[in-house]
Amino acid sequence: MVAYNIYFFNRQGTCLYYYEWHRPKSVRQGAGTSADDQKMMFGLFFSLKTFAAAMDPRQDNKSLGAPLRIGEACTFHSFCTNNYKLHFLESPSGLKIVLNTGPDAGDLRDHLNYIYGAIYVECVLKNPAYTPGRPFSCELFTARLHHYIRSLGL
Amino acid sequence: MPAIYALYVINKSGGLIFNKEFVTIASNSLNDTLRLASIWHSLHAIAVQLAPAPGCTGIELLRADTFDLHCFQTLTGTKFLVVAEPDTPDVEALLRETVYDLYADYVLKNPFYEVEMPIRCELFDQNLFNTIAAVHRRWGLVH
Repeated sequence: MVAYNIYFFNRQGTCLYYYEWHRPKSVRQGAGTSADDQKMMFGLFFSLKTFAAAMDPRQDNKSLGAPLRIGEACTFHSFCTNNYKLHFLESPSGLKIVLNTGPDAGDLRDHLNYIYGAIYVECVLKNPAYTPGRPFSCELFTARLHHYIRSLGL
Repeated sequence: MPAIYALYVINKSGGLIFNKEFVTIASNSLNDTLRLASIWHSLHAIAVQLAPAPGCTGIELLRADTFDLHCFQTLTGTKFLVVAEPDTPDVEALLRETVYDLYADYVLKNPFYEVEMPIRCELFDQNLFNTIAAVHRRWGLVH
């Protein structure tokens, strides 16, 4: 298993944190610049969320494109392609975490929850020098994140 | 309980050419289904752009809270989408073999069918329904 990259977005869609461990296809071969890459990633999971809410086979009277409250409608938690798997977590406050791994990775929902609760909240949100909703680059956070990802065998 | 909710076929330019619901609990209007099909077509393409590794061909499986969406793209760009209950087994094989075979036999070999146009072939409908019904019976689901 391999971990490619991780994105953190706030509820407005600004990328707060991005890190890549391994990216064989560089950003230049994809979206162009890393800002475009991040915007495109936000667009992708935002639309996928709307798509999943509209596709939900158990919910009647859905209106496609209506604004959704967090945790209200059916949402997606991962997708798999032939060569990567994207894992998605949205916290109740609207923070979004996207982790890309190799396609053989299993269900990482619990691990993303751990990254949110025990690493992001502890090291970033509880940091008195941090303004919520702003990009961050906290050393302790980065170190713990790397350690955790390595401990997963990614 | 495993179940197959619906099958959609999207042509290579993103238009919906076939949709069929097998188990209906809630459904979308035809207009919304058409929009969802073209949304899927573009999301599929964006996922290829954002791939961190080269050689990506698009989303194959989307896992949501209440359904799994399996997507099989043929070499000519036609997409077959199946909406199923989460963790339904063997959908991949069903799509790649059974449904694709039925499409080749009863749609593409139909002399009155024009490629990329909506599929209105009675034999395809019948055989598809029988196949899915047989699969559902095997899982203990009665139509």
